[in-house]
Amino acid sequence: MDKILDVKNLQVSFDTYAGEVKAVRGVSFHLNKGETLAIVGESGSGKSVTSKSLMKLIPNPPGRITGGEIIFEGKNLVNYTEKQMQKIRGSDISMIFQDPMTSLNPTMTVGKQIMESIIKHQKLPKKQAKEKAIELLEMVGIINAHKRLTAYPHQFSGGMRQRVVIAMAISCNPKVLIADEPTTALDVTIQAQILELLKNLQKKMGTSIIFITHDLGVVANIADRVAVMYAGKIVEIGKVDEIFYNPQHPYTWGLLGAMPNLNEDAEELITIPGSPPNLLNPPIGDAFANRNKYAMKIDYQIEPPMFKVSDTHYAATWLLHEKSPKVLPPDALKKHRQVHSKERKKERLSKKRVKREKLLEIKNLKQYFSSGSNVVKAVDGISFEIFKGETFGLVGESGCGKSTTGRTIIRLYHATEGEVLYNNVNIHDKKSSSESQKLNQKIQMIFQDPYSSLNPRQTVADIIAEGMDIHGLAAGKKERLEKVYELLETVGLNREHANRYPHEFSGGQRQRIGIARALAVEPEFIIADEPISALDVSIQAQVVNLMKKLQKEKGLTYLFIAHDLSMVKYISDRIGVMYKGRIVELAESEELYQNPLHPYTRSLLSAIPLPDPETEKTRKRVKFDEKFVWNGNGEEPVLREVKEGHWVSCTEQEFHDYKKHFDAI
Amino acid sequence: MMIINNKEITDDLFQPAELEKGSEDISRPTITYWQEVWKRFRKNKAAFTGLILISIILVLAIFGPYANEHGYDEQNLARANLPPKIPVLEQFSWLGLDGTDIQGVDRYKENGITEYFWFGTDNLGRDLWTRVWEGTRISLYIAFLAAIIDLIIGVAYGGISAYYGGKVDNIMQRIVEILVGIPNLIVIILLILVLQPGIVSITLAMVITGWVGMARIVRGQILKLKEQEFVLASKTLGSKDRRLIWKHLIPNTMGPIIITTMFTIPTAIFTEAFLSFIGLGLQPPTASLGTLINDGYKLLRIYPHMLVFPSIIISLIMISFNLIGDGLRDALDPKMRK
Repeated sequence: MDKILDVKNLQVSFDTYAGEVKAVRGVSFHLNKGETLAIVGESGSGKSVTSKSLMKLIPNPPGRITGGEIIFEGKNLVNYTEKQMQKIRGSDISMIFQDPMTSLNPTMTVGKQIMESIIKHQKLPKKQAKEKAIELLEMVGIINAHKRLTAYPHQFSGGMRQRVVIAMAISCNPKVLIADEPTTALDVTIQAQILELLKNLQKKMGTSIIFITHDLGVVANIADRVAVMYAGKIVEIGKVDEIFYNPQHPYTWGLLGAMPNLNEDAEELITIPGSPPNLLNPPIGDAFANRNKYAMKIDYQIEPPMFKVSDTHYAATWLLHEKSPKVLPPDALKKHRQVHSKERKKERLSKKRVKREKLLEIKNLKQYFSSGSNVVKAVDGISFEIFKGETFGLVGESGCGKSTTGRTIIRLYHATEGEVLYNNVNIHDKKSSSESQKLNQKIQMIFQDPYSSLNPRQTVADIIAEGMDIHGLAAGKKERLEKVYELLETVGLNREHANRYPHEFSGGQRQRIGIARALAVEPEFIIADEPISALDVSIQAQVVNLMKKLQKEKGLTYLFIAHDLSMVKYISDRIGVMYKGRIVELAESEELYQNPLHPYTRSLLSAIPLPDPETEKTRKRVKFDEKFVWNGNGEEPVLREVKEGHWVSCTEQEFHDYKKHFDAI
Repeated sequence: MMIINNKEITDDLFQPAELEKGSEDISRPTITYWQEVWKRFRKNKAAFTGLILISIILVLAIFGPYANEHGYDEQNLARANLPPKIPVLEQFSWLGLDGTDIQGVDRYKENGITEYFWFGTDNLGRDLWTRVWEGTRISLYIAFLAAIIDLIIGVAYGGISAYYGGKVDNIMQRIVEILVGIPNLIVIILLILVLQPGIVSITLAMVITGWVGMARIVRGQILKLKEQEFVLASKTLGSKDRRLIWKHLIPNTMGPIIITTMFTIPTAIFTEAFLSFIGLGLQPPTASLGTLINDGYKLLRIYPHMLVFPSIIISLIMISFNLIGDGLRDALDPKMRK
């Protein structure tokens, strides 16, 4: 196959006040014509910097390419001047950025933005450029393209905007398309559409794609080859099957093991302990050594070279050296390949249901926000109950009202209508301050963004102890500090951390501090509002494992709100699926994944990319049709129990159909 | 045998290594927040210089007028318009501190004066040293007044407006808009119609309008912070309004508050100087840096010393406050901790 791009020993550094940060430390790979190369890695691994350096888009200063070559069609781009690069950007190599909300100019019409690069690079007259723009918009699946041409970016939804960005990127038939986390900011169903679109475009135009992502499911779906990056280096590179089914590097093992599998309920996720090294002073030897369970002495002394596994598969780990002891990848990795027999599925479905105590009951909860005459029905009449000691998952796409539900339950908002009964007491009734203090103590919340959920001006000790201070749980300074130490150790941090400030911690550590803060008041019920969506895969696993452990030890009850369905499936006992402010389906998690009934649930489930290339290749997406949503005419669908514990929002007619469906089984 | 980086690869290198403890465990000595602030502030050379300069000026403003026996309003035409003369420094003629005027005439000898006037005298024979430090007192008074008004009224007004939001915010902001709409000068002129021009009317004028900028900045900050998750987290823990405001909102607004304060101080000093300069401020014989500059400017060509000294002092005050403000903002921010 022809190489279109060949990167040799690329090095990129950033000059900061603290010193030189070596973000990319000798990366070599090549890109074949018409293939998709995925670069995966955690945040800070240098994958974005690598891709930006290919187009020389690194801001300079502080960034600079300190060495290596980027050979594109026989020419070394590293030596190109800014002027020469401008000719290449957009026409030969183009890029799709992560956030479609900011990568379009809000003051220009979409048409103008697309035409801009066509006119510049292809020197077409305006009229032809316009025709081409319409053609492009149609190609990326925008209906009514000639009308939409004059629309402004804010008139498009997130997914549509990303389509426009793609249309711009492919406008000049680029030979290489760099997609920098193009689907991270999007919902799963939209993500599935965008991935499909990219694949189709590639088929049509033969473009080579460099796809940067941290989601292994997406990689399995789209990539031909995969490069795994860690601490500014490629640690393993190979064909997608080789990486997923025969991984060699312990870091790859960790990444694969940290993803929960939809087909299996493992006891505990594999985690990678610790956090990535600081690239200000990269460690000697293997950068991964101190997070590596299998580290050998040599890992701390000499950097491993790339060992050849097969013609297409290389990995940089001493474990592949002939003298190293044979280490097998952890068993848990194999789970991705296991195919389950029907019996096992049934066995899991028929888990004994124990009569449990109701802890929380929500009846017809409504939460409207009004600004002027505009009323937003964020939560529109939902009812469910949560039993003591269970984890109730609430999933849905952004804007479906799942976070609002959580916040209304904890009284950050005043419910417009409906009741929230906690231990059979309506918590939205007016209460004396001592009663409401008690409730505050029993119900706690873990927040989404580990960066904004901790007060940057307080020490960790003060943050954790805030609840104790409010509720007077600690008598005296000494007891307070003792309790803080204890909590820090519970969540896996050290007592030395008590005196530090939040900015000194990584995202995962901050999230632990947030959990410790919630635990400080000894709550019974914790609402976790997307607690892991801002974290890297390996860190997500750490936090989820911690939450599971705490639940077992302290008998906590969780309401787990998330959009990541595989994680929700992994942690939850029962799941409610929300769509546009309503619950459309509610069932035990296994049941929901095996027998999804509502069309929305089905489309959502089919859209989750699985970290398994073989299934990804054959999977069919279910498209969700908006007409299934009740538009105010005809019979209003209501939640009905079609099977014990399985509720679906449906009309009378649909209800009977579902019933029949179950009877048939 | 394989050799990489001139290092031999031996069998024993492939022994499992003990997991090294990560950098997570490094502890630091426990020091309090304010000790740390002070440490960071001292490290900032510019800010520290500013602090020293302000301290010197403050000490001189307090004790300067008592350094000699002349009063600030003691007139004596026999010693009018004397150039500065300072012991020891008078030996270096290029410094211009030897009592000679711009024509090279030693005015002290001519007038038969044996005393030393360090900053010279003005056209009424008043000792400028005393007057400059008296004036600095007034300027510093104005400066601290402005800072206190900003901190008390501005922060409280902006904070309340943003925190309670809704109707409260709406009404409070309309009031602010009205205040902003009226030029400062008009407020002062109107006040002077009622009161005598002087320190009282300047103070009042500043109380009425001086805090508006601060109120707006604090409001903007708190509106932004209010929705942050750490504030929500504190609410879910059961915090009362007071705790939220003092522990969470105000500390995180500290940076902008300090910057704004440090900018209003020089502005206030300058406003006073400006008012005195156009004759609406302090009335003679009271001296302020503004009036001194006004007087000196009239005789700039003949007796430059009358303008030079107050100008230097006012510039030093303004620069120092700006430097301190900058350093203080960084010092109070725990994120600057290394």
